[in-house]
Amino acid sequence: MANDQNGTTTLQLAAAWIFVGIPLLWGVLETLGNAMKLFQ
Amino acid sequence: MALSFLDRERTVAKPGFNRWMVPPAALCMHLCIGQAYAFSVFNLPMTKLLGITKSAPDDWKLTELGWIFSIAIVFLGLSAAVFGRWVEEGGPRKAMFTAGLCWTLGFLVSALGVYGHQLWLIYLGYGVLGGIGLGIGYISPVSTLIKWFPDRPGMATGMAIMGFGGGAFIASPLSVWLMQKFATPTHVGVAETFIAMGLIYLCFTWVGAAIVRVPAPGWRPAGYTPPVQAQKLITTNDVFVYDALKTPQFWLIWWVLCLNVTAGIGVLGQASAMTQEMFPGKVTPVAAAGFVGLLSLFNMGGRFFWASISDMIGRKNTYFCFFAIGTVLYILVPQTGLIGSVALFVACFCVIISMYGGGFSTVPAYLKDMFGTRYVGAIHGMLLTAWSAAGILGPVLVNYIREYQINNGVPKAQAYNTTMYIMAGLLVIGLICNALVRAVHERHHLKAGDARVAAART
Repeated sequence: MANDQNGTTTLQLAAAWIFVGIPLLWGVLETLGNAMKLFQ
Repeated sequence: MALSFLDRERTVAKPGFNRWMVPPAALCMHLCIGQAYAFSVFNLPMTKLLGITKSAPDDWKLTELGWIFSIAIVFLGLSAAVFGRWVEEGGPRKAMFTAGLCWTLGFLVSALGVYGHQLWLIYLGYGVLGGIGLGIGYISPVSTLIKWFPDRPGMATGMAIMGFGGGAFIASPLSVWLMQKFATPTHVGVAETFIAMGLIYLCFTWVGAAIVRVPAPGWRPAGYTPPVQAQKLITTNDVFVYDALKTPQFWLIWWVLCLNVTAGIGVLGQASAMTQEMFPGKVTPVAAAGFVGLLSLFNMGGRFFWASISDMIGRKNTYFCFFAIGTVLYILVPQTGLIGSVALFVACFCVIISMYGGGFSTVPAYLKDMFGTRYVGAIHGMLLTAWSAAGILGPVLVNYIREYQINNGVPKAQAYNTTMYIMAGLLVIGLICNALVRAVHERHHLKAGDARVAAART
């Protein structure tokens, strides 16, 4: 795998965004579920 | 040296490094410290540490527990102000590493406090240590992002500060789930949850510290040409961190932030009670909880949306929007109560809270425009004392005025009206402060060969 001597690989970039994106998406969906109770 | 990998020199990006690796690094930090917004989920369980099913006489009171969050926010502002220059000169990796350590130690010391039922240990742990972690962590990636994204500084810092709003979304359900897992018939599982969360946050923040990089001197994005001449409100010069305090611009922006936050923070804390009292019989407690969730989403989304918009229309114009639209909406809110329109009430507050979040995320780029990029992180740190001040002012205004109104015979449904008009008044003052912001006088600009710059590591 390339390191930053040779440039950032797409895999590294994807891994970094998935690492923060999954917990954030989970949290947003949980909150959205709660927010929907306002309209029930 | 064993910790030399934390040095700024070791974090300079090599050619080919993709700058889009930096926002996730910043999010690793901000998603963790954003937990602070969700600390209230521990309040009720911590009032039953001895009684388990209900509070025992020796259990802590909610009023005593409320101080934990307040101490943390005060130390956030203080540490951001005190350590700002160290963060700027030491680099983002050292700052994120230290912030992660303080944040985790805060949780671990608090766990000890829960085990031994010593409240002062939680004040010291989460309040002081955690608060220092919050302050250092909050400012650590800001100037790095601005340097990586000179073409879109608002969007870049908006992305990170959006993470601070989003951190509560993760922390809140995670804390509840962990407490359920660790609870037994003899204890409520708070201490174990603190330990688990502290360790999870340590991993996350240190991953962020490992992947963060600073651009090499002179680096600029492909295709980007920096403006040769300063625009009216965007300087190409730098102002030394402590010289910024001597400018009227710093203090005007301090008030801009303080007033914008004051208007939003009091409402956020009282949103659930306010909807139920303004619309008795129409809004149930479950629906009110949904309203709080909706506000959190707009708080987070507004951080990214408004900061990105500020790259297009300018920071001063963005804050003009916050104050002008906010004033109109705050005046409109009591009318929504009078006509009984829950939908209009919700719409007003969703926009107001989006601008509250936007105020936090747009301010680093505003400071960069005024004072340059060199010390923007440290100057941002000092500006965060405005947040600490607003954290006290906002809730006090909302709670005490409401109580005063009710004690004077005003019906609960109308008890918030005066507060809303006062908030509108505060926003008008903010509008004036923002309108007075002009470019920083050139006598404050750093000169080549300034001894203070030579003393600082670049």
